[in-house]
Amino acid sequence: MATLIHRGLSPLRRRLASGSTVLVQQTATHPAVTVFATLPAGSGFDDDRLLGRSNFMARVIDRGTEHRTAEQLAEDLDGRGVSLNVGVTRHLLSMSCTCLAEDLQPMLDIFADVLRYPTFPPEQIERRRATIITGIRQDEDNPAAVAIEGLMRLVYPDGHPYGRPARGTVESVERITRDDLVDFHRTQVGASALRLVIVGDVDPERAFDEASAAFAEWDVPSGPPLRPPQVPTGQRRVHHSTAMPGKAQSDIAYGFATIRRPDHRYFPLTLLNNVLGQYALGGRLGDNIRERQGMAYYVFSSFDANVGEGPLVIRAGVNPVNVERTIRAIDDEIAKVARDGVTPDELADSKRYLIGSMPRTLETNGGIASFLHDADYFDLGLDYDRRLPDLLDAVTLDDVHDVARTFLSTDRAAIWVAGPPSSDGESVA
Amino acid sequence: MPVTETALAGVPALRRTQLDNGLTIFVQEMRTAPLASVWCWYKVGSKDERAGQTGVSHWVEHMNFKGTTHIPREQVKGIIEQFGGSWNGYTWIDQTTYLETAITSALDRMLFIEAERMSNGLYHPDDCESERTVIISELEGGDNDPEQLLDTEVTAAAFKAHGYHHPTIGWRSDLESMTRDDLYGYYRTWYVPNNAALVIVGDVDADDAFRKAERHFAGIQAGSLPKRVSTVEPEQFGERRVKVSRPGTTAYLKLAWRAPDVRSADFHPLLVLDAALTGAKGINLWASFRNPPQRSTRLYRALVDTGLASSVFGALLPTEQPFLYSLSCTATSGTPLAAIEEATDKALADVRDNGITPQEFERARHQLRARLVFEADSVTNIAHQIGYFHTVADVDVYHGLEAALAAVRLEDVARVARQCLVPSNRTVGWFEPLSDELPRSA
Repeated sequence: MATLIHRGLSPLRRRLASGSTVLVQQTATHPAVTVFATLPAGSGFDDDRLLGRSNFMARVIDRGTEHRTAEQLAEDLDGRGVSLNVGVTRHLLSMSCTCLAEDLQPMLDIFADVLRYPTFPPEQIERRRATIITGIRQDEDNPAAVAIEGLMRLVYPDGHPYGRPARGTVESVERITRDDLVDFHRTQVGASALRLVIVGDVDPERAFDEASAAFAEWDVPSGPPLRPPQVPTGQRRVHHSTAMPGKAQSDIAYGFATIRRPDHRYFPLTLLNNVLGQYALGGRLGDNIRERQGMAYYVFSSFDANVGEGPLVIRAGVNPVNVERTIRAIDDEIAKVARDGVTPDELADSKRYLIGSMPRTLETNGGIASFLHDADYFDLGLDYDRRLPDLLDAVTLDDVHDVARTFLSTDRAAIWVAGPPSSDGESVA
Repeated sequence: MPVTETALAGVPALRRTQLDNGLTIFVQEMRTAPLASVWCWYKVGSKDERAGQTGVSHWVEHMNFKGTTHIPREQVKGIIEQFGGSWNGYTWIDQTTYLETAITSALDRMLFIEAERMSNGLYHPDDCESERTVIISELEGGDNDPEQLLDTEVTAAAFKAHGYHHPTIGWRSDLESMTRDDLYGYYRTWYVPNNAALVIVGDVDADDAFRKAERHFAGIQAGSLPKRVSTVEPEQFGERRVKVSRPGTTAYLKLAWRAPDVRSADFHPLLVLDAALTGAKGINLWASFRNPPQRSTRLYRALVDTGLASSVFGALLPTEQPFLYSLSCTATSGTPLAAIEEATDKALADVRDNGITPQEFERARHQLRARLVFEADSVTNIAHQIGYFHTVADVDVYHGLEAALAAVRLEDVARVARQCLVPSNRTVGWFEPLSDELPRSA
């Protein structure tokens, strides 16, 4: 029997009259379905005064509709064993769940009801406000969260949407009113840019019909997509720290802005990131900082090209006495890869790994839904899973060296360290 | 090599055999993706450690990624990645396990890695020293998390004699003092085929998988297993309370009751009760971090819907010996922990007095059945469940979960609430932040 991965994905993709896009992939792994919906209503749309508004909306949008009270929604979801996950990225509001195949139609009805007819009950707003503020306070006590948020402010300055806190601040969240949430829903949440992905043990035509029925007659246009401004070039090295009394370990976040997802250098940067901080136990960084020097339980890099110029971020958690030594080790690896590029063996290994890991990426309904969504969102084509191996394989050593020289420089690194006070005030010029 | 089969409706048969050296081997064919997942499980975890060697199981796990006789240190990197595979391992209170998931053609490589890990670990002294600081870094990362600090304190207070008392990562002074010989001795003692189980799930031919496994493992000698620590936790005669005061921003409450082991007749009713109180998490340690459906549950309504807590989470995990049922709550800013504790007590007293409603009962059982389906979504997760249940009880207990849940009666749930969730059987932990020392940026 040929599996889905042998054949390649073959999703049904259709547009509704409203402009909504529906993608359905049938799988037969087990009798469950994953539903994943997005709309352009992420945290990047928050203005400075109302930071956290989109996240706030995401937390309340499923707490009461014109047809279902919060209580009824709770019963409808819990009765099916479904946990509805609503959240925001910089660009998107997302709603997802996994349900039994027999529950697909009622779950699509709930998705449509929640997106179209939320009532934002005042008592629910106040409950979620308290929960959000508690979450912000928890992040303030989390060195990893403090370091990452600080780094993003450095890499994306001057009000860039990637540099602002997605959940907002305690002050901004306290300021947000019900009218702000209703306005944001009215201006941003509409049918034309809805992207609905359904993956699982379901007939594609039937799933499409059920989605069409659930979202029929929703003809409100979506708000415009977010177009992040270009990141200023010529940034100089900056290093800040946050002293957090009572903590045992320091978190280091070190990074750069890179490229937009459609950029032709996406695959060279993907491979560079894999060699630098992913392959096996954290790539070259893991070899140096964890394996040879024994300084960190975790050290890795991540690369997230998006609609705007996404970051390449290096993270490490180390004892406070090792902060400077770790930053020097990261500097060494950055300088070395910018100067010499990667070796032929490293490039071959990373290509083989990334291509070979496709069956794992596409094994579960959730993995397929996420992959198909991103392929469609970035307009990569419905055959992207079959083209991806060749796209990776075509990258040359020079391609990787070029992006390493272009984007990685210790002179332009942004660094934020959060941890016990002994690391306070350090400065790596 | 006699092979037995366990057939379940709609699921390929799980086949099982045992080699002469005592190694148990499970194979399940799953042809949903061109992948195979191989797990090697050892029945040794932190409960088996002796004083002065806490954390040794976990440290040994780390050392078993540092090269073997036939996989030199420099060849570890890439050995499974070249097949697009992932690998990992974990240690907990009852078990230690290692896994690889990769394309099916890597099956032989995966079995070779696990056979090497069982018998030929190097434990170079330099690597032991380097890993000591890595593990202390892991410990310190955990200490950054107030909920983890509180969990360690509550668990240690709940068990004063049993090996579940100490954290799996170990006490810091033990991590600072253990030697290479301690690690290697522990490895040689417990990493023997008669203390292990191999699980293979995926796009494989079962007969071929058995043959390959036999080729790699049959030559490994059985070992003489030592007598295990057999301390039984004495009965608890009253509530225990611990308080952790550290700099921070948020207060946390943790309540932990001594709970039945996975073989107990009370385990499944308590699982249903937890689903009614905080939503069904499923029964997979590996995947138990997914958000439960919980908006209609008793404690979500009593604590989150009232604004007292921003979250509540219940946990009952399958363990070999009686462990804990715990509730973890995050206080909303400004809410005193006493108010959350009082509201929880009130909700639990109602359950003890009146049980749960038939509607709650049916919803909880349906949620748990749905979670069993959701969690069987990959060869990796399926292989995990087979091996996990083998280490804490028997794989038949896993296959019997659905029937056991179906057999739970409404009155069983009320009974376990009355028996288990009583103050005299619990440990209460408070994390109270010292908020006069807040973060400052430079």
